Amino acid sequence: MSEKTEWQSARLRAVQNLTADIRLFEIEPERFVAPAPGSHIDVAVRIGERPDTRSYSLVGPCTDGIYRIAVKLLAHTRGGSAYMWSLAPGARLGISAPKNHFDLGLGRPDYLLVAGGIGITPICGMALALHHAGARVRVLYAARRASDLAFADDLAGVLGERLTRVVSETAGRINFQKEIATLAPGGELYVCGPIGMLEDAKRAWQASGRPVDQLRFETFANSGRFANEPFTVTIPRLGKVIEVPRNDTMLAALEAAGVDMISDCRRGECGLCALPILEADGIVDHRDVFFSEAEKAANAKLCTCVSRVAGGSITVDTADRPG
Amino acid sequence: MSDQKPFPLNAWYAAAWSHEVARALTARTICNKDVVLYRRADGRVAALEDACWHRLLPLSMGRLQDDEVVCGYHGLVFNAAGRCTFMPAQKTINPSACVHAYPAVERHRLVWIWPGDSALADPALVPDFHWNDGTEWVGEGGTFYGLKCDYRLVIDNLMDLTHETYVHAGSIGHDAILESPFDVTHTDRTATVTRWMIGIEPPPFWAKLLGRPGPVDRWQIIYFQAPSVIVGDVGVTLTGTGAREGDRSQGVNGAFLAAITPATETSCHYHWNFVRNFRRDDAELTRAIQTGHVNDGKGVYDQDHVVLEAQQKAIDRNPRMPFYNLNIDAGALWARRMIDRMLAAEQTQMHRPSEAAE
Repeated sequence: MSEKTEWQSARLRAVQNLTADIRLFEIEPERFVAPAPGSHIDVAVRIGERPDTRSYSLVGPCTDGIYRIAVKLLAHTRGGSAYMWSLAPGARLGISAPKNHFDLGLGRPDYLLVAGGIGITPICGMALALHHAGARVRVLYAARRASDLAFADDLAGVLGERLTRVVSETAGRINFQKEIATLAPGGELYVCGPIGMLEDAKRAWQASGRPVDQLRFETFANSGRFANEPFTVTIPRLGKVIEVPRNDTMLAALEAAGVDMISDCRRGECGLCALPILEADGIVDHRDVFFSEAEKAANAKLCTCVSRVAGGSITVDTADRPG
Repeated sequence: MSDQKPFPLNAWYAAAWSHEVARALTARTICNKDVVLYRRADGRVAALEDACWHRLLPLSMGRLQDDEVVCGYHGLVFNAAGRCTFMPAQKTINPSACVHAYPAVERHRLVWIWPGDSALADPALVPDFHWNDGTEWVGEGGTFYGLKCDYRLVIDNLMDLTHETYVHAGSIGHDAILESPFDVTHTDRTATVTRWMIGIEPPPFWAKLLGRPGPVDRWQIIYFQAPSVIVGDVGVTLTGTGAREGDRSQGVNGAFLAAITPATETSCHYHWNFVRNFRRDDAELTRAIQTGHVNDGKGVYDQDHVVLEAQQKAIDRNPRMPFYNLNIDAGALWARRMIDRMLAAEQTQMHRPSEAAE
């Protein structure tokens, strides 16, 4: 994804808390480009002293020339959300033009859109676009508590019965097998949510025998089966022991400690940053979409950009050789 | 401030003749976009971005496998929707791996593609080109692929036929074209140039087709549909038999057809045909008319080809020199006005929120 990003200046026009931990940001760009459904923008953030970027999906079609993103405040993560939450209206921001890694295919006979938590952000624009195009569409929107379901009332206003809210605290997980069975042949499933939801969806999709390309998904790099915990990485080949803090990725920690790494997407898709696991005494929390379920179970490698160890330590090898 | 090209993207453009798109990969550049075309097993045409997601090798250098394209470099496979369905040496497929799938429709014996926003690609917007269907009107045309000129120069050429007198002397050219007044009318998306030449000697091409002696009434009714389709209703009747009033029974009627597709800013694909509604079963005549237009440099369109490319070269060498316009350019100027309006609307659409999305 060696995409060139052209940064432009933008102004934070307003913020609004949608739930206890989801905040809407209205960003006024210098040069507006109408986004396609599923698009995101990159935002320049500061993590401590360090400049970094975060990608946030655009919410809705931006009909008034304002980009809207929603950011969930996450404790113990890398700090992008905390930075965003620190901004007050009037703040200047560096942003990219809209990009799209989650393209909505048009003209399909049926659509099922599934959002988990903050994964609702790209799904909103897709649902509205499909509604306006007169497409057959259903949206399942899951969150832990009813009070976490940001945008649900707005969506229900447009979709009516075609929106189903799933409160996982009481209703449990979405039964993908059942939901996929209701999708017309040739219909597409779009999923944006935590890795657990995505794996459920992939498993059920595969079992249904439907074409692999008709399951579309986007994941956020910071969700796993376990909460972020600090862990220790030992690299015998380099004689290094490296602490990965709760709020940074293993890849970044290795790079900071001088380990020569190659990587590209940094969101668990391309597999370039994967390292062989020599030993793990905690549970490896695979958060990537690069390895298959069987590969993850075999625990031979992990994608260091997103995956972590839940409490404990891991011993890995690198590509370094003498000479 | 804009990097906008001189062609609207939100429009249907002819990319190929239907018979040219088979179970094989065909590369085309349309509006600066490299596209690979192929026919699926069910007969529908697929049009994909002609650059592999992975390393940008043109997919047209790969091969067709069932309804999917296999990249000729590392074997990534893309289906007709542009989604990757195979990646080498891994168990999963990167969810971001897609190439753009251009909306494509087949209509009037041509394949049309929509290079702009797919959400706006309404097949009802395909230009009316029914003269090319091969039913009521017959003729066999062709395409100048990669004609080295701005597509608008072809529009200029066809919207003003005084050039026939000079470029096509001896076939369809005639001094009467210079002397006859013309009318130009327009709607929001079309422009029409109408010229009647009453009681003239027919030029050789038409005299032969009419096959009857005596002066004729000749008409040229040129109909432009933005951004780049032109149909020229042309013919002659024996003079005074009421053609201008609507009775063309004492004459012969043809139509020149042009679906001009920008390739780059300075090249285009000129899909042309010349059709007629008389002697429709006369295959020999069809062939004669075809070679009359394009014949190894000797046809009338070959003559235009030479002029258009030379004109583009001159423009390239004199980039600051303006065009001056004459009265005869009214039709071309209305056509360009409509193209400019489409371009302006696209700029607004892209950079301002659209009402339609609300």
